Amino acid sequence: MATDELKKNNGTRVEALYLKLGGLSGVVKDALLFSWEIACQRTPLEKARLEIEEIPVIVFCANCRENKTLSSINNFFCPVCHAPASNILQGKELEVTALEIV
Amino acid sequence: MSQTRLVEVRQNVLKHNDVLARELRTRFEAANIFVVSLVSSPGSGKTAFLEKTLTLLKEKYRVAALVGDLATDNDAERLARSNAPVRQIVTGTVCHLEAAMVENALADWDLNELDFLFIENVGNLVCPSSYDLGEQLRIVLMSTTEGEDKPLKYPTIFNTADVAIITKMDLAEAVEFDLAKARNSIEQVRPGIRIFELSSKTGAGMEEWLEFLESHLKE
Repeated sequence: MATDELKKNNGTRVEALYLKLGGLSGVVKDALLFSWEIACQRTPLEKARLEIEEIPVIVFCANCRENKTLSSINNFFCPVCHAPASNILQGKELEVTALEIV
Repeated sequence: MSQTRLVEVRQNVLKHNDVLARELRTRFEAANIFVVSLVSSPGSGKTAFLEKTLTLLKEKYRVAALVGDLATDNDAERLARSNAPVRQIVTGTVCHLEAAMVENALADWDLNELDFLFIENVGNLVCPSSYDLGEQLRIVLMSTTEGEDKPLKYPTIFNTADVAIITKMDLAEAVEFDLAKARNSIEQVRPGIRIFELSSKTGAGMEEWLEFLESHLKE
């Protein structure tokens, strides 16, 4: 993906990659940061920064009829009225949003 | 020219897998086959449960299974005892199945000749949660010997599942398994999920599970 974007935009190397990481993405931020440098070696991403934006899980509470942010991913109950809330609106993201290229 | 520029991308990292999984799902629906994937930790009884399910379903339906493992084909051998077509996917060092592996494994199977296909994932409660395999139903298994709070420790996999199955109920008393606590843990991470309690060894609870499967076929 980075190689394609570099070619499209006449760039030579990537300075930073911006990533949205949801609480339910199944990916752990620390593990990703740990492996980032090694995974980028000898690629156009070598020495690039990984900018992670952590996305909290938001559910729709049918009882309050409002969107609520969950404080933890092992408690799917509305933080206000404590009704079960399984309608997930946000939090599964594992998405590259932008590249900073030179 | 050497100025830093910001290029918007907005691309899902697992897009390739998601696209392939959607294509598989469309194929499964067109062939009128119901596809179920199984995820759990190693040793929770996926293979025993699947062997029992295949054996019982085979009396009435055309069934087949794909089974993922890191290194051996032991599980495929065990499942073959059910006399259903079984194919092993050896993943090597990969800790989960991906849609492309499923597609490759299915290459020469005629899906129109099947009613049910089961896909047993690698025993792992972490990575399989991120990979859509095109299945219509994802079930997560936990056994009575694992501890009631497993769902709280691995919420993502329970959250992405459609059905939860508590296995090895025949051992519940011996290991002082607290069923209410386990059900609560599951409900806490996935409110409203359908939960089955069964024993692949004694067959207790299997009937209800099979009826549930059959109800999907008629839809």
